[in-house]
Formats: sequence, structure tokens, C-alpha cells
Amino acid sequence: MDFSEYKDLWVFIETDEGKAASGGLELLNPGVQLAHRLGQKAVAVVLGKDNAEAERAAIAYGADKVISVEGDDYEEYTTEGYTYGLNQLIEKYKPSILMIGATIIGRDLGPRLSCRLKTGLTADCTELDVDVETGNMAWTRPAFGGNLMATIMCERTRPQMGTVRPGVFKKVAPDVSRTAEIVKESIPVPAGVIRTKLIESIREAVGEMVKLEDAEIIVSGGRGLGGPEGFETTIKPLADALGGAVGASRAAVDSGWIPHIHQVGQTGKTVAPKIYIACGISGAIQHLAGMSGSDCIVAINKDPDAPIFGVADYGIVGDLYQVVPIMTAEVKKLKS
Amino acid sequence: MNIAVCVKQVPDTTQVKIDPVTNTLVREGVPSILNPFDGFALEMALRMKDLAGGTVTAISMGPPQAEAVLRESMAVGADDAYLVSGRAFGGSDTLATSYILSRAVAAVEEKRGAKFDVVFCGKQAIDGDTGQVGPEMAEHMDYAQITYATEVVSCSDNKVRIRKETADGYDVLEAALPVVVSVTKTPFELRFPTVKKRLAANRAQIPVITPEDMEAQSLIDLARCGLKGSPTKVKKSFTPVRNKVCNVIEEDSLSASAVKLIAVLSNDKKI
Ligand SMILES: Cc1cc2nc3c(=O)[nH]c(=O)nc-3n(C[C@H](O)[C@H](O)[C@H](O)COP(=O)(O)OP(=O)(O)OC[C@H]3O[C@@H](n4cnc5c(N)ncnc54)[C@H](O)[C@@H]3O)c2cc1C
Ligand SMILES: Nc1ncnc2c1ncn2[C@@H]1O[C@H](COP(=O)(O)O)[C@@H](O)[C@H]1O
Repeated sequence: MDFSEYKDLWVFIETDEGKAASGGLELLNPGVQLAHRLGQKAVAVVLGKDNAEAERAAIAYGADKVISVEGDDYEEYTTEGYTYGLNQLIEKYKPSILMIGATIIGRDLGPRLSCRLKTGLTADCTELDVDVETGNMAWTRPAFGGNLMATIMCERTRPQMGTVRPGVFKKVAPDVSRTAEIVKESIPVPAGVIRTKLIESIREAVGEMVKLEDAEIIVSGGRGLGGPEGFETTIKPLADALGGAVGASRAAVDSGWIPHIHQVGQTGKTVAPKIYIACGISGAIQHLAGMSGSDCIVAINKDPDAPIFGVADYGIVGDLYQVVPIMTAEVKKLKS
Repeated sequence: MNIAVCVKQVPDTTQVKIDPVTNTLVREGVPSILNPFDGFALEMALRMKDLAGGTVTAISMGPPQAEAVLRESMAVGADDAYLVSGRAFGGSDTLATSYILSRAVAAVEEKRGAKFDVVFCGKQAIDGDTGQVGPEMAEHMDYAQITYATEVVSCSDNKVRIRKETADGYDVLEAALPVVVSVTKTPFELRFPTVKKRLAANRAQIPVITPEDMEAQSLIDLARCGLKGSPTKVKKSFTPVRNKVCNVIEEDSLSASAVKLIAVLSNDKKI
């Protein structure tokens, strides 16, 4: 493999109904920095039916160049369609690095594509670095449920691929006046390539509540609530007062107190809000895996030795039912 | 239906501790368990068998002691089990592991004289936490894949419908067989073993598939296995530093602490 043929850092921009999802846009920030250290370009790659909006967003968030593949075949994400399209692009342009958000789609697509390319893929990275001499990426990621960090390199094959955990890198402020080259490609997917068919698609109404991944403030409840009512009487009022979303630990979800869509952690959502308020959550490593990237963590727990205090910025040791309602009342006072 | 499930033996990561002096992972005394997601995959396989009939075959790659998870699988209802084991397989990353497992599936198919219709995997193994082996196996075998599966909706006419998690709800996908399905946490916990099956599982002969056998049958290219066949390499590992100091707010009463907390957050422009 002649490495000199491979250059530029690509960021896969996931889209949802034509809009760029934050999972890809936030990777442009570290992507641009790493690419420029290598003296290369950060290229946003968009697949979809109508990409105009996503192309503009990628440029506003710093892409040096956009490669855009439009077509009916890409309207909905399919594993095999997207793998086909990206594989064609990669064979044509030979990027050195490809980063994909470690979302449900990214973690479906990444391994299928890396395996087709017979290259290495590092899953769910939380730190990124590059060796300017060799062009090798240093992908750092948690393993053993977050107990261990490992730095992984892919030195013998190109492109080097990684999925990157959402919420770890922050988007820069968009600059809508930026311009950049947009390369359009047409890659129709041959019949028979896509072997799955979408039968039904249900978007669960999270009510009037904010989506967890996009929330700036999250108030989460755990087993310490003692029952389902706690979410209604105590957690949701504080979240509402703060204009935030409601999260939960797996213990609360497994007890049937709240739907799984609210779960934060290794088997739930990864979130990184400005403030994460954990109420009656012990802070098991699998829970921390989903929220330790938050800017500011507040813990309310009656056990002073609960591990959640080890990652919290602020804490109160005590009964959440005595603490949280007062917090809600104070927030309401502040806002009125 | 011929159903295969890939199960892995993993250390129980909830019991892993960090040595406070050396700051390294303490693995001694940590029990080995069936990877929890593979338990959900196995349950889904057994439910599919309940629905459509057929057999469930458990396959694991690992050292000889990984046999334990295969016996466990048989105790809950797997019909047979195969251990894939040998030095040449050690040190494999996900690309090599998925290659070996996909070839092992072929080896088992040859032994059993029938192709598998569905190959189940867990969403991820809780030691490596990569979640890549399932989709990579699908690519090696050139099968369709469905990831983040939570339920088999239907299974007939050579087609399956699978409910899968999405970012904000769920989809139902249909795929013609054969297909690779990787399973996330589902509402269906792995069923309990029956005494009779447990006893039979303890006595069962578990065939071992070795790199040498597979090579002799031209089923595998050993250059694509183990460290040699792994494009990624772990350069270093370390324990995460948690150097935050929590500012515990402690006023005369809990309500006074709550008032103070909001005042502090507001002062810091956090809210
Ligand atoms: C493979 C795997 C994946 C997992 N994935 C996840 C995941 O994605 N997300 C997740 O959250 N967990 C996950 N877990 C589970 C995790 O290990 C913990 O069991 C779980 O997070 C515990 O939830 P909890 O903190 O609510 O409950 P507990 O650990 O029981 O903690 C409850 C806490 O509430 C406190 N408390 C009790 N009453 C009160 C009160 N009145 N006021 C204040 N405090 C009170 C207690 O002191 C205690 O600290 C996973 C586990 C495994 C094995
Ligand atoms: N050594 C192994 N033996 C059997 N199955 C495995 C092995 N490694 C991974 N798998 C399967 O692949 C899934 C994903 O694993 P991973 O990609 O390592 O997180 C697991 O849940 C298993 O179903």
C-alpha cells in the first residue's frame, strides 16, 4: 500500500431529513485542527437526497471542502447503500483518515465499511491526536466499561478509521459567511445491493420534552427515587423549570419507571450537556460512560461515598426529595 | 431455521477495580461471565426457534475456559456448541476476530451439513466495548446486517422482520435470509436453565475448532488472523484520571444547601 497516495481527513456528516446532525458537525472542529497540523484538508462527506442545507452547515462549521453525493438511493440511511457509496468515494479519492460519529448509524456503518476496505477501525473514541511525522492517528478510547483507556493506531493500512463518541467534541460557532469548494458526485446504488427494507419507522414522542442528546441541561433520576412517581413529582418539574430534559439510570429504566429512551450510559445515550444533575444515582461506571463529558455535573445523593461525587463539580449529601423541590422553587424565583 | 449465536466470555467489568497505588486495572478475582449482550442475543435466538422451529448453535472463540459460556448456552436451550480456539487466533483485533468467526461459521456449517439462516451477535462485548464484530462478520460473509436489534417481529417465508433501536425511536427492518443480527439490550432477559438441560450441558462434548484444522480444510488464511492479521494495535493503555474535586455544599439545613446550590450555579452563569 502506497501511503503517499492517501491524503486528507474526512468527516462523515450524518443527515436527518436533509439536515446535518450534530454528531458529524462537531467532528469538524477537531477534524480541521488535525488536518491542518498535517498540512491537509478537512473534507466533509455528505450522502443524501437533497444535501444543500447539510453542505452549507458543514462549511459554516469549518470544512475546507465538501464531497456531496445526492440521489434517491441515499434518502434513507441503509447500511449497504451507504457502504457502497462511501467505498466508491474512498477508492476514488483515497483519504488518509475517516472519522464517523459513534451514533447508532455510525456504529452500524463504520465496521461494515472498514471491513470492506480491510482497514482498522477504532470504536467510540474520546481523544484524538496525530503523529505529524508518520500521519498516524492516535485514537484513544475507553474500554472495560470505562475502567481503562487505550490508545490505538492503525499503521499498516489506509484509510485509518475511527468512530468518535458524540458530545465529546464541541462544535465551533458557525460562520455562515465561509465558503468552500463543493464537489458533487453521483453514485447510483446498483439493484440488489441493499438487502434490507424499511417496514415501519416510529419516532417515539418524547412529549413536549427536549431531546436528550441536544439538551443543554439534563436532570436525571436513578433508583434513589424509589418509584416511578419521583420522575413526575420531582425530576420533571426541575427539568421543566430549567428548560432541560429528563434522563435516567438503567436501574430506573429496568424498574419500569421510565422508558429506555431516557437512559443515559453505556447501554443508553451518551450526553454532554452544560449541566447534568444526577439525583439518586450512585455513579456506576456504565452510567458515567454516558455523561462524564458534561461541562458541569451536580450530584444529589444521600450516600457521601457514592462514586458520583468523584466526577461531580457540585454536590449535596442528602435526601433528594428534600433537596430537589427547593432547587425547583429557587430556579422559578430566579427566572421570574 | 438454522440459527447461530456468537457468545463471548468476558470479565465482569462491573467488578473490575482500579488499584489505587499502581493505578492499574485489578483483574484478579474478577469472575468471567457470558457477555451480557450475548445473553440477550441468545434469548432472541431461542425465541426465534420457539417461533419458527429449528436449532440454535452457540459458537465462541477464546481460550479453553471459554467452554463455560458454551455450556451455559446449552443449559438454557442451545442445541449444540463449538469452541474456536488456538494460539494463532490470539491477539486478534475486531477485523481478524470477525474474519475468524465468519470462517468458523463456515466450518460449523460444513460439520453440520447445513447453512445458518441467521447469525446472532451481541451489540458489543463489555471488555472491548467495540461493537464491531457483528457488522464485520456480515461483511465477511456478504450477508445483510441488522444492528441494535431489540425484537424478532416475524420470521417466515425466508424473511425476518426485526425491530431495531434508532436515535429517537425504532424501525422495523425486513431482510431476506441469511442475515447477521446484532442485539442490544432487550426487555427479554436470558431464560433460566432447566435442571435436565443443565445436566446434559455439563456432560456434552464440545467440539474444538482449531486454526490447524481450519487451515487443513482450506477454510482460513492464517495470515489474516491474530496480531499479523490485525490492522489496529494498542499502543498504550492507562486508567482514566478523575481529578475533579467535588464542591460539596453543606449549609445548616438541606433546604439552605439547595438554595445555596442554585445561587452558586446562577453566579457561575451555569443556569
Ligand atoms: C453491561 C452493562 C451495561 C450497563 N449500562 C448502563 C447504562 O447505560 N446506564 C446506567 O445508568 N447503568 C448501566 N448499567 C448498570 C449500572 O452498573 C448500575 O447498576 C446502575 O447505573 C445503577 O443505577 P442507580 O445509580 O440509579 O442505582 P443504585 O446504584 O442503586 O444507586 C441509587 C443511589 O441513590 C441513592 N439514594 C437512595 N435514596 C435516595 C434519596 N432519597 N435521596 C438521595 N439519594 C438517594 C443511593 O445512595 C444510591 O447511591 C449497566 C450495567 C451493565 C453490566
Ligand atoms: N471471541 C468471540 N467469540 C464469540 N463471539 C464474539 C467474540 N468476540 C466478539 N463476539 C461477538 O461479537 C459481538 C460484538 O463484540 P465486539 O465487537 O468485540 O464488541 C459480541 O457481543 C459477540 O456476539
